[in-house]
Amino acid sequence: MLIAALIAIFVVMIMAITRAILGPTLYDRILAVNMFGTKTVLLISILGFIMGRPEFLDIAIVYALINFISVIGVLRYSDNLIFKDSEQQKK
Amino acid sequence: METILEFSSSIFLLIGSFLCISGGVGILRFPDFYTRMHAVGVTETLATAMILIGLILHNPDFLVDIKLMIILLMTIFISPTASHALAKAAQHNKLMPKLDTDIKADNKKVTSSNP
Amino acid sequence: MLVGVAFAIIWMKDLLSISMLSGIYGLLSASFFVAMDAVDVAFTEASVGAGVSTLLMLVAITMTGRSEHPVRHKPLLALAVVFVTGSLLVYGTWDMPYFGSAEAPIHQHVAPRYINDSMQEIGVPNIVTSVLASYRAFDTFGEVVVIFTAGIGVLALLSVVRRQEDIEKIDSFNNSMHEQHLVLRIVAKMLIPFIMLFAFYVQFHGDFGPGGGFQAGVIFAAAIFLYTMLFGMSTAYRVINQSFMQILAASGVLLYGSVGVISLLNGKEFFDYSVLSSNPVTGQHWGIFLVELGVGLTVASVMVIIFFNFAGRSENSPPPVSKDS
Repeated sequence: MLIAALIAIFVVMIMAITRAILGPTLYDRILAVNMFGTKTVLLISILGFIMGRPEFLDIAIVYALINFISVIGVLRYSDNLIFKDSEQQKK
Repeated sequence: METILEFSSSIFLLIGSFLCISGGVGILRFPDFYTRMHAVGVTETLATAMILIGLILHNPDFLVDIKLMIILLMTIFISPTASHALAKAAQHNKLMPKLDTDIKADNKKVTSSNP
Repeated sequence: MLVGVAFAIIWMKDLLSISMLSGIYGLLSASFFVAMDAVDVAFTEASVGAGVSTLLMLVAITMTGRSEHPVRHKPLLALAVVFVTGSLLVYGTWDMPYFGSAEAPIHQHVAPRYINDSMQEIGVPNIVTSVLASYRAFDTFGEVVVIFTAGIGVLALLSVVRRQEDIEKIDSFNNSMHEQHLVLRIVAKMLIPFIMLFAFYVQFHGDFGPGGGFQAGVIFAAAIFLYTMLFGMSTAYRVINQSFMQILAASGVLLYGSVGVISLLNGKEFFDYSVLSSNPVTGQHWGIFLVELGVGLTVASVMVIIFFNFAGRSENSPPPVSKDS
Protein backbone atom coordinates (compact mmCIF):
# COMPACT_ATOMS: atom_id res chain seq x y z
CA MET A 1 0.00 0.00 0.00
CA LEU A 2 2.89 2.32 0.73
CA ILE A 3 4.25 1.62 -2.73
CA ALA A 4 0.91 2.49 -4.32
CA ALA A 5 0.82 5.81 -2.49
CA LEU A 6 4.41 6.45 -3.53
CA ILE A 7 3.60 5.89 -7.19
CA ALA A 8 0.54 8.13 -6.97
CA ILE A 9 2.57 10.94 -5.46
CA PHE A 10 5.22 10.51 -8.11
CA VAL A 11 2.65 10.85 -10.87
CA VAL A 12 1.28 14.00 -9.25
CA MET A 13 4.78 15.44 -9.00
CA ILE A 14 5.24 15.00 -12.74
CA MET A 15 1.92 16.75 -13.32
CA ALA A 16 3.01 19.65 -11.12
CA ILE A 17 6.27 19.99 -13.03
CA THR A 18 4.38 20.07 -16.31
CA ARG A 19 2.23 22.88 -15.02
CA ALA A 20 5.26 24.74 -13.71
CA ILE A 21 6.93 24.60 -17.10
CA LEU A 22 3.81 25.38 -19.13
CA GLY A 23 2.15 27.76 -16.71
CA PRO A 24 1.09 30.90 -18.56
CA THR A 25 1.20 33.25 -15.57
CA LEU A 26 3.66 33.57 -12.74
CA TYR A 27 1.05 32.55 -10.20
CA ASP A 28 0.44 29.23 -11.91
CA ARG A 29 4.10 28.48 -11.44
CA ILE A 30 4.09 29.48 -7.79
CA LEU A 31 1.06 27.28 -7.27
CA ALA A 32 2.79 24.36 -8.94
CA VAL A 33 5.93 24.84 -6.87
CA ASN A 34 3.90 24.97 -3.69
CA MET A 35 2.09 21.79 -4.60
CA PHE A 36 5.34 20.14 -5.57
CA GLY A 37 6.81 20.99 -2.19
CA THR A 38 3.91 19.46 -0.29
CA LYS A 39 4.15 16.34 -2.38
CA THR A 40 7.87 16.16 -1.68
CA VAL A 41 7.16 16.18 2.03
CA LEU A 42 4.81 13.24 1.59
CA LEU A 43 7.21 11.45 -0.72
CA ILE A 44 10.06 11.73 1.76
CA SER A 45 8.02 10.51 4.71
CA ILE A 46 6.73 7.53 2.76
CA LEU A 47 10.22 6.76 1.44
CA GLY A 48 11.48 6.81 5.02
CA PHE A 49 8.92 4.19 5.97
CA ILE A 50 9.67 2.00 3.00
CA MET A 51 13.38 2.08 3.69
CA GLY A 52 12.84 1.67 7.41
CA ARG A 53 14.66 4.83 8.43
CA PRO A 54 12.28 7.23 10.10
CA GLU A 55 14.95 9.92 10.61
CA PHE A 56 13.82 11.14 7.23
CA LEU A 57 10.94 12.83 8.99
CA ASP A 58 13.28 15.59 10.14
CA ILE A 59 13.91 16.41 6.52
CA ALA A 60 10.20 16.38 5.83
CA ILE A 61 9.64 18.96 8.57
CA VAL A 62 12.35 21.18 7.12
CA TYR A 63 10.72 20.91 3.71
CA ALA A 64 7.32 21.91 4.95
CA LEU A 65 8.78 24.99 6.63
CA ILE A 66 11.11 26.01 3.82
CA ASN A 67 8.40 25.57 1.24
CA PHE A 68 6.14 27.97 3.08
CA ILE A 69 8.89 30.51 3.51
CA SER A 70 9.89 30.46 -0.12
CA VAL A 71 6.31 30.82 -1.35
CA ILE A 72 5.79 33.81 0.92
CA GLY A 73 9.07 35.29 -0.26
CA VAL A 74 8.16 34.92 -3.90
CA LEU A 75 4.81 36.57 -3.39
CA ARG A 76 6.30 39.38 -1.37
CA TYR A 77 8.95 40.26 -3.92
CA SER A 78 6.90 39.62 -7.03
CA ASP A 79 4.63 42.46 -5.96
CA ASN A 80 7.48 44.93 -6.09
CA LEU A 81 8.82 43.47 -9.29
CA ILE A 82 5.69 43.53 -11.36
CA PHE A 83 5.15 47.14 -10.37
CA LYS A 84 8.68 48.04 -11.40
CA ASP A 85 8.26 46.31 -14.73
CA SER A 86 5.07 48.08 -15.61
CA GLU A 87 6.70 51.37 -14.68
CA GLN A 88 9.58 50.67 -17.02
CA GLN A 89 7.22 49.88 -19.84
CA LYS A 90 5.41 53.16 -19.39
CA LYS A 91 8.62 55.08 -19.94
CA MET B 1 -6.15 -5.40 16.47
CA GLU B 2 -3.17 -5.32 14.18
CA THR B 3 -5.16 -6.26 11.14
CA ILE B 4 -7.65 -3.51 11.90
CA LEU B 5 -4.86 -0.96 12.15
CA GLU B 6 -3.27 -2.20 8.96
CA PHE B 7 -6.55 -2.18 7.12
CA SER B 8 -7.51 1.33 8.22
CA SER B 9 -4.06 2.66 7.40
CA SER B 10 -4.40 1.21 3.90
CA ILE B 11 -7.80 2.83 3.50
CA PHE B 12 -6.44 6.21 4.57
CA LEU B 13 -3.47 5.91 2.24
CA LEU B 14 -5.71 4.98 -0.66
CA ILE B 15 -8.05 7.92 -0.09
CA GLY B 16 -5.05 10.22 0.18
CA SER B 17 -3.55 8.95 -3.06
CA PHE B 18 -6.84 9.34 -4.86
CA LEU B 19 -7.17 12.93 -3.65
CA CYS B 20 -3.59 13.65 -4.70
CA ILE B 21 -4.21 12.41 -8.19
CA SER B 22 -7.45 14.31 -8.53
CA GLY B 23 -5.60 17.47 -7.52
CA GLY B 24 -2.93 16.71 -10.09
CA VAL B 25 -5.51 16.25 -12.83
CA GLY B 26 -7.08 19.48 -11.70
CA ILE B 27 -3.88 21.49 -11.98
CA LEU B 28 -3.32 20.18 -15.49
CA ARG B 29 -6.79 20.34 -16.96
CA PHE B 30 -8.50 23.41 -15.54
CA PRO B 31 -8.61 26.48 -17.73
CA ASP B 32 -7.42 29.37 -15.55
CA PHE B 33 -5.49 30.19 -12.43
CA TYR B 34 -8.31 30.44 -9.93
CA THR B 35 -9.90 27.14 -10.81
CA ARG B 36 -6.51 25.45 -10.68
CA MET B 37 -5.91 26.94 -7.29
CA HIS B 38 -9.26 25.69 -6.17
CA ALA B 39 -8.39 22.17 -7.28
CA VAL B 40 -5.01 22.16 -5.62
CA GLY B 41 -5.80 24.08 -2.46
CA VAL B 42 -8.83 22.04 -1.58
CA THR B 43 -7.43 18.60 -2.26
CA GLU B 44 -3.94 19.25 -0.99
CA THR B 45 -4.72 19.72 2.68
CA LEU B 46 -7.04 16.74 2.92
CA ALA B 47 -4.77 14.48 0.89
CA THR B 48 -1.74 15.30 3.02
CA ALA B 49 -3.72 14.78 6.19
CA MET B 50 -5.06 11.44 4.96
CA ILE B 51 -1.66 10.10 3.96
CA LEU B 52 -0.06 11.24 7.20
CA ILE B 53 -2.84 9.66 9.27
CA GLY B 54 -2.33 6.49 7.30
CA LEU B 55 1.35 6.55 8.16
CA ILE B 56 0.62 7.25 11.83
CA LEU B 57 -1.64 4.21 11.96
CA HIS B 58 0.93 2.21 10.09
CA ASN B 59 3.76 2.43 12.61
CA PRO B 60 3.87 1.77 16.34
CA ASP B 61 6.84 3.95 17.34
CA PHE B 62 5.80 6.81 19.61
CA LEU B 63 8.48 9.37 18.70
CA VAL B 64 7.90 8.91 15.00
CA ASP B 65 4.19 9.38 15.56
CA ILE B 66 4.88 12.66 17.29
CA LYS B 67 6.99 13.86 14.40
CA LEU B 68 4.32 12.89 11.91
CA MET B 69 1.77 14.78 13.98
CA ILE B 70 3.98 17.85 13.90
CA ILE B 71 4.12 17.63 10.13
CA LEU B 72 0.36 17.16 10.02
CA LEU B 73 -0.24 20.18 12.21
CA MET B 74 2.09 22.32 10.14
CA THR B 75 0.47 21.26 6.90
CA ILE B 76 -2.94 22.14 8.27
CA PHE B 77 -1.67 25.61 9.13
CA ILE B 78 0.58 26.26 6.19
CA SER B 79 -1.22 25.03 3.15
CA PRO B 80 -4.42 27.08 3.46
CA THR B 81 -2.35 30.12 4.39
CA ALA B 82 -0.20 29.74 1.31
CA SER B 83 -3.29 29.37 -0.87
CA HIS B 84 -4.80 32.45 0.69
CA ALA B 85 -1.66 34.48 0.14
CA LEU B 86 -1.42 33.34 -3.46
CA ALA B 87 -5.01 34.18 -4.26
CA LYS B 88 -4.69 37.54 -2.61
CA ALA B 89 -1.52 38.42 -4.47
CA ALA B 90 -3.02 37.34 -7.77
CA GLN B 91 -6.10 39.42 -7.18
CA HIS B 92 -4.05 42.35 -6.05
CA ASN B 93 -2.12 42.30 -9.31
CA LYS B 94 -5.36 42.28 -11.28
CA LEU B 95 -5.30 38.78 -12.62
CA MET B 96 -8.93 38.33 -13.61
CA PRO B 97 -10.68 34.99 -13.58
CA LYS B 98 -11.54 33.70 -17.01
CA LEU B 99 -15.20 34.13 -17.72
CA ASP B 100 -17.43 32.05 -19.92
CA THR B 101 -17.52 34.67 -22.67
CA ASP B 102 -13.73 34.99 -22.63
CA ILE B 103 -13.25 31.31 -23.21
CA LYS B 104 -15.49 31.42 -26.26
CA ALA B 105 -13.86 34.58 -27.56
CA ASP B 106 -10.20 33.63 -27.27
CA ASN B 107 -9.56 29.97 -27.22
CA LYS B 108 -5.99 30.44 -28.36
CA LYS B 109 -4.95 33.67 -26.73
CA VAL B 110 -3.65 33.20 -23.22
CA THR B 111 -4.73 35.96 -20.87
CA SER B 112 -1.95 37.11 -18.65
CA SER B 113 -2.36 40.37 -16.87
CA ASN B 114 1.21 40.91 -15.79
CA PRO B 115 3.31 42.17 -18.69
CA MET C 1 13.03 14.66 -14.39
CA LEU C 2 16.12 16.53 -13.27
CA VAL C 3 17.32 16.82 -16.85
CA GLY C 4 13.94 18.03 -18.03
CA VAL C 5 13.80 20.77 -15.44
CA ALA C 6 17.36 21.81 -16.26
CA PHE C 7 16.49 22.19 -19.95
CA ALA C 8 13.44 24.20 -19.06
CA ILE C 9 15.61 26.50 -16.96
CA ILE C 10 17.93 27.13 -19.89
CA TRP C 11 15.10 27.62 -22.31
CA MET C 12 13.17 30.20 -20.36
CA LYS C 13 13.82 33.92 -20.49
CA ASP C 14 11.76 35.14 -17.60
CA LEU C 15 14.07 35.21 -14.62
CA LEU C 16 11.29 34.89 -12.07
CA SER C 17 10.07 31.67 -13.60
CA ILE C 18 13.64 30.46 -13.71
CA SER C 19 14.05 31.02 -10.01
CA MET C 20 10.82 29.11 -9.41
CA LEU C 21 12.05 26.23 -11.50
CA SER C 22 15.37 26.17 -9.72
CA GLY C 23 13.40 25.78 -6.50
CA ILE C 24 11.78 22.70 -8.01
CA TYR C 25 15.22 21.54 -9.09
CA GLY C 26 16.45 21.77 -5.51
CA LEU C 27 13.48 19.83 -4.19
CA LEU C 28 13.93 17.15 -6.83
CA SER C 29 17.61 16.65 -6.23
CA ALA C 30 16.97 16.48 -2.51
CA SER C 31 14.45 13.70 -2.99
CA PHE C 32 17.04 12.02 -5.17
CA PHE C 33 19.53 12.22 -2.30
CA VAL C 34 16.94 10.77 0.05
CA ALA C 35 16.40 7.87 -2.32
CA MET C 36 20.16 7.34 -2.32
CA ASP C 37 20.13 7.23 1.49
CA ALA C 38 22.32 10.31 1.92
CA VAL C 39 20.36 11.92 4.70
CA ASP C 40 22.68 14.76 5.62
CA VAL C 41 23.19 15.87 2.05
CA ALA C 42 19.46 15.84 1.49
CA PHE C 43 19.04 17.95 4.60
CA THR C 44 21.48 20.54 3.33
CA GLU C 45 19.99 20.56 -0.13
CA ALA C 46 16.53 20.97 1.33
CA SER C 47 17.40 23.96 3.43
CA VAL C 48 19.93 25.67 1.17
CA GLY C 49 19.07 24.68 -2.38
CA ALA C 50 15.33 24.70 -2.27
CA GLY C 51 14.68 27.50 0.15
CA VAL C 52 17.30 30.08 0.81
CA SER C 53 19.02 30.21 -2.55
CA THR C 54 15.70 30.71 -4.33
CA LEU C 55 14.93 33.57 -1.98
CA LEU C 56 18.31 35.20 -2.42
CA MET C 57 18.02 34.91 -6.19
CA LEU C 58 14.63 36.55 -6.06
CA VAL C 59 15.92 39.43 -4.01
CA ALA C 60 18.78 39.84 -6.43
CA ILE C 61 16.33 39.89 -9.33
CA THR C 62 14.35 42.64 -7.64
CA MET C 63 17.47 44.73 -7.81
CA THR C 64 18.34 44.07 -11.42
CA GLY C 65 15.16 43.57 -13.39
CA ARG C 66 13.06 40.77 -14.60
CA SER C 67 14.03 39.62 -18.06
CA GLU C 68 17.28 38.32 -19.44
CA HIS C 69 19.16 40.42 -21.96
CA PRO C 70 18.93 39.02 -25.46
CA VAL C 71 22.15 37.34 -26.51
CA ARG C 72 23.64 38.76 -29.70
CA HIS C 73 26.70 36.65 -30.39
CA LYS C 74 26.48 32.93 -30.92
CA PRO C 75 28.11 31.22 -27.91
CA LEU C 76 29.75 28.52 -30.02
CA LEU C 77 33.08 28.61 -28.23
CA ALA C 78 31.42 28.21 -24.85
CA LEU C 79 29.37 25.33 -26.18
CA ALA C 80 32.53 23.64 -27.43
CA VAL C 81 34.27 24.07 -24.08
CA VAL C 82 31.29 22.69 -22.21
CA PHE C 83 31.04 19.77 -24.60
CA VAL C 84 34.73 18.90 -24.25
CA THR C 85 34.60 19.13 -20.46
CA GLY C 86 31.47 17.05 -20.32
CA SER C 87 32.89 14.35 -22.52
CA LEU C 88 36.08 14.29 -20.45
CA LEU C 89 33.99 13.82 -17.32
CA VAL C 90 31.99 11.05 -18.94
CA TYR C 91 35.25 9.47 -20.05
CA GLY C 92 36.43 9.68 -16.44
CA THR C 93 33.38 7.85 -15.19
CA TRP C 94 34.18 4.85 -17.42
CA ASP C 95 37.09 4.01 -15.17
CA MET C 96 34.93 4.12 -12.09
CA PRO C 97 33.82 0.85 -10.53
CA TYR C 98 30.19 -0.10 -10.71
CA PHE C 99 27.84 1.66 -8.36
CA GLY C 100 27.81 -0.14 -5.02
CA SER C 101 30.66 -2.48 -5.84
CA ALA C 102 32.71 -3.51 -2.84
CA GLU C 103 36.06 -3.21 -4.62
CA ALA C 104 35.67 0.50 -5.23
CA PRO C 105 38.69 2.41 -3.97
CA ILE C 106 36.52 4.57 -1.72
CA HIS C 107 35.58 1.48 0.27
CA GLN C 108 39.20 0.37 0.65
CA HIS C 109 40.95 3.49 1.81
CA VAL C 110 39.50 5.39 4.76
CA ALA C 111 35.83 4.49 4.71
CA PRO C 112 36.17 1.23 6.67
CA ARG C 113 38.10 3.01 9.38
CA TYR C 114 35.47 5.73 9.65
CA ILE C 115 32.67 3.22 9.75
CA ASN C 116 34.27 0.75 12.13
CA ASP C 117 36.24 2.92 14.51
CA SER C 118 34.31 6.16 14.74
CA MET C 119 32.04 4.76 17.42
CA GLN C 120 34.97 4.05 19.75
CA GLU C 121 37.07 7.06 18.83
CA ILE C 122 34.43 9.74 18.68
CA GLY C 123 31.40 8.22 20.34
CA VAL C 124 28.92 9.97 18.08
CA PRO C 125 26.26 7.83 16.41
CA ASN C 126 26.02 9.87 13.22
CA ILE C 127 29.12 9.03 11.20
CA VAL C 128 28.66 11.98 8.86
CA THR C 129 28.92 14.39 11.76
CA SER C 130 32.02 12.74 13.15
CA VAL C 131 33.73 12.74 9.75
CA LEU C 132 32.76 16.31 9.06
CA ALA C 133 33.61 17.81 12.41
CA SER C 134 36.44 15.66 13.65
CA TYR C 135 38.31 13.68 11.01
CA ARG C 136 37.93 16.39 8.39
CA ALA C 137 37.77 19.35 10.71
CA PHE C 138 40.29 21.30 8.72
CA ASP C 139 38.23 21.09 5.50
CA THR C 140 35.13 22.19 7.34
CA PHE C 141 37.04 25.09 8.81
CA GLY C 142 37.89 26.10 5.26
CA GLU C 143 34.23 26.01 4.31
CA VAL C 144 33.27 28.20 7.23
CA VAL C 145 35.94 30.71 6.28
CA VAL C 146 34.62 30.73 2.71
CA ILE C 147 31.12 31.53 3.96
CA PHE C 148 32.49 34.27 6.18
CA THR C 149 34.40 35.75 3.25
CA ALA C 150 31.25 35.74 1.16
CA GLY C 151 29.49 37.68 3.89
CA ILE C 152 32.29 40.22 4.01
CA GLY C 153 32.22 40.57 0.24
CA VAL C 154 28.53 41.27 0.17
CA LEU C 155 28.95 43.79 2.95
CA ALA C 156 31.73 45.57 1.12
CA LEU C 157 29.81 45.73 -2.16
CA LEU C 158 26.27 46.40 -1.11
CA SER C 159 26.25 47.88 2.34
CA VAL C 160 23.75 50.69 2.56
CA VAL C 161 23.60 53.76 4.71
CA ARG C 162 20.03 54.81 5.13
CA ARG C 163 18.90 58.31 5.87
CA GLN C 164 16.18 59.24 8.32
CA GLU C 165 13.51 60.38 5.85
CA ASP C 166 14.04 57.19 3.90
CA ILE C 167 13.23 55.17 6.94
CA GLU C 168 10.06 57.13 7.54
CA LYS C 169 8.93 56.77 3.95
CA ILE C 170 9.59 53.04 3.99
CA ASP C 171 7.82 52.81 7.33
CA SER C 172 4.66 54.33 5.98
CA PHE C 173 4.86 52.15 2.91
CA ASN C 174 5.27 49.09 5.05
CA ASN C 175 2.37 50.00 7.27
CA SER C 176 0.09 50.39 4.29
CA MET C 177 1.23 47.04 2.99
CA HIS C 178 0.89 45.15 6.20
CA GLU C 179 -2.81 45.62 6.37
CA GLN C 180 -3.01 43.29 3.40
CA HIS C 181 -0.99 40.56 5.04
CA LEU C 182 -3.02 40.13 8.19
CA VAL C 183 -3.61 36.39 7.94
CA LEU C 184 -0.03 35.76 6.94
CA ARG C 185 1.29 37.74 9.85
CA ILE C 186 -0.75 35.84 12.38
CA VAL C 187 0.25 32.46 11.01
CA ALA C 188 3.89 33.56 10.79
CA LYS C 189 3.77 34.71 14.41
CA MET C 190 2.74 31.21 15.35
CA LEU C 191 5.32 29.54 13.16
CA ILE C 192 8.47 31.58 13.75
CA PRO C 193 9.13 30.39 17.33
CA PHE C 194 8.58 26.86 16.16
CA ILE C 195 11.04 27.26 13.29
CA MET C 196 13.68 28.64 15.63
CA LEU C 197 13.12 25.82 18.09
CA PHE C 198 13.47 23.34 15.29
CA ALA C 199 16.71 24.99 14.22
CA PHE C 200 18.10 24.46 17.70
CA TYR C 201 16.93 20.87 17.61
CA VAL C 202 18.79 20.35 14.35
CA GLN C 203 21.86 22.06 15.77
CA PHE C 204 22.17 20.00 18.92
CA HIS C 205 20.70 16.77 17.64
CA GLY C 206 23.25 16.64 14.83
CA ASP C 207 25.35 14.11 16.75
CA PHE C 208 22.56 11.56 16.72
CA GLY C 209 20.53 12.19 13.59
CA PRO C 210 20.88 14.14 10.39
CA GLY C 211 21.69 17.77 10.88
CA GLY C 212 24.39 20.01 12.20
CA GLY C 213 25.66 23.53 12.16
CA PHE C 214 25.21 24.34 8.48
CA GLN C 215 21.61 23.22 8.28
CA ALA C 216 20.64 24.73 11.60
CA GLY C 217 22.17 28.05 10.64
CA VAL C 218 20.23 28.16 7.42
CA ILE C 219 16.94 27.24 9.10
CA PHE C 220 17.46 29.89 11.75
CA ALA C 221 18.22 32.45 9.09
CA ALA C 222 15.09 31.39 7.21
CA ALA C 223 12.98 32.19 10.26
CA ILE C 224 14.48 35.67 10.33
CA PHE C 225 13.83 36.04 6.58
CA LEU C 226 10.18 35.21 7.15
CA TYR C 227 9.95 37.85 9.84
CA THR C 228 11.66 40.42 7.67
CA MET C 229 9.47 39.75 4.68
CA LEU C 230 6.24 40.07 6.56
CA PHE C 231 7.03 42.82 9.03
CA GLY C 232 9.27 45.00 6.93
CA MET C 233 12.93 45.88 6.91
CA SER C 234 12.84 48.65 9.46
CA THR C 235 11.07 46.51 12.04
CA ALA C 236 13.62 43.81 11.51
CA TYR C 237 16.42 46.32 11.92
CA ARG C 238 14.99 47.22 15.27
CA VAL C 239 14.92 43.58 16.34
CA ILE C 240 18.28 42.51 14.97
CA ASN C 241 21.15 44.89 15.20
CA GLN C 242 23.31 44.58 12.15
CA SER C 243 26.64 45.23 13.75
CA PHE C 244 25.74 42.60 16.31
CA MET C 245 25.22 40.16 13.45
CA GLN C 246 28.64 41.02 12.07
CA ILE C 247 30.25 40.41 15.44
CA LEU C 248 28.37 37.11 15.67
CA ALA C 249 29.63 35.98 12.28
CA ALA C 250 33.19 36.74 13.22
CA SER C 251 32.89 35.11 16.62
CA GLY C 252 31.62 31.90 15.03
CA VAL C 253 34.77 31.58 12.95
CA LEU C 254 36.83 32.58 15.98
CA LEU C 255 35.21 29.89 18.12
CA TYR C 256 35.95 27.24 15.54
CA GLY C 257 39.52 28.35 15.09
CA SER C 258 40.23 28.70 18.79
CA VAL C 259 39.14 25.13 19.44
CA GLY C 260 41.89 24.10 17.05
CA VAL C 261 44.39 26.44 18.64
CA ILE C 262 43.64 25.12 22.13
CA SER C 263 44.49 21.61 21.05
CA LEU C 264 47.60 22.98 19.36
CA LEU C 265 48.67 24.71 22.58
CA ASN C 266 48.23 21.51 24.52
CA GLY C 267 50.76 19.76 22.37
CA LYS C 268 48.46 17.83 20.07
CA GLU C 269 47.65 18.29 16.42
CA PHE C 270 45.38 21.02 15.13
CA PHE C 271 41.76 20.03 15.80
CA ASP C 272 42.63 17.05 17.95
CA TYR C 273 39.77 17.40 20.39
CA SER C 274 40.87 14.77 22.86
CA VAL C 275 42.69 17.39 24.95
CA LEU C 276 39.48 19.19 25.84
CA SER C 277 38.65 16.72 28.56
CA SER C 278 40.41 14.05 30.57
CA ASN C 279 38.51 11.35 28.72
CA PRO C 280 39.32 11.46 24.99
CA VAL C 281 35.82 10.48 23.89
CA THR C 282 34.21 13.19 26.02
CA GLY C 283 36.77 15.57 24.60
CA GLN C 284 35.67 14.66 21.11
CA HIS C 285 32.07 15.31 22.12
CA TRP C 286 32.94 18.75 23.41
CA GLY C 287 35.01 19.53 20.35
CA ILE C 288 32.26 18.57 17.93
CA PHE C 289 29.71 20.49 19.96
CA LEU C 290 31.78 23.68 19.99
CA VAL C 291 32.73 23.40 16.36
CA GLU C 292 29.15 22.88 15.25
CA LEU C 293 28.10 25.84 17.36
CA GLY C 294 30.69 27.98 15.60
CA VAL C 295 29.52 26.80 12.20
CA GLY C 296 25.89 27.46 13.06
CA LEU C 297 26.58 30.97 14.33
CA THR C 298 28.58 31.93 11.28
CA VAL C 299 26.17 30.50 8.75
CA ALA C 300 23.09 32.03 10.32
CA SER C 301 24.55 35.48 10.73
CA VAL C 302 26.18 35.58 7.31
CA MET C 303 22.91 34.55 5.67
CA VAL C 304 21.06 37.26 7.55
CA ILE C 305 23.69 39.84 6.60
CA ILE C 306 23.48 38.92 2.92
CA PHE C 307 19.72 38.98 2.93
CA PHE C 308 19.51 42.28 4.75
CA ASN C 309 21.89 43.95 2.38
CA PHE C 310 20.14 42.67 -0.73
CA ALA C 311 16.68 43.44 0.54
CA GLY C 312 17.72 46.79 1.95
CA ARG C 313 19.07 47.74 -1.45
CA SER C 314 15.92 46.84 -3.29
CA GLU C 315 13.70 48.55 -0.77
CA ASN C 316 15.73 51.71 -0.80
CA SER C 317 14.61 52.33 -4.34
CA PRO C 318 11.49 54.48 -4.26
CA PRO C 319 8.62 52.33 -3.04
CA PRO C 320 5.50 51.92 -5.15
CA VAL C 321 3.13 54.72 -4.32
CA SER C 322 -0.22 53.76 -5.77
CA LYS C 323 -1.24 50.97 -3.45
CA ASP C 324 -4.99 50.78 -3.59
CA SER C 325 -7.16 48.85 -1.15
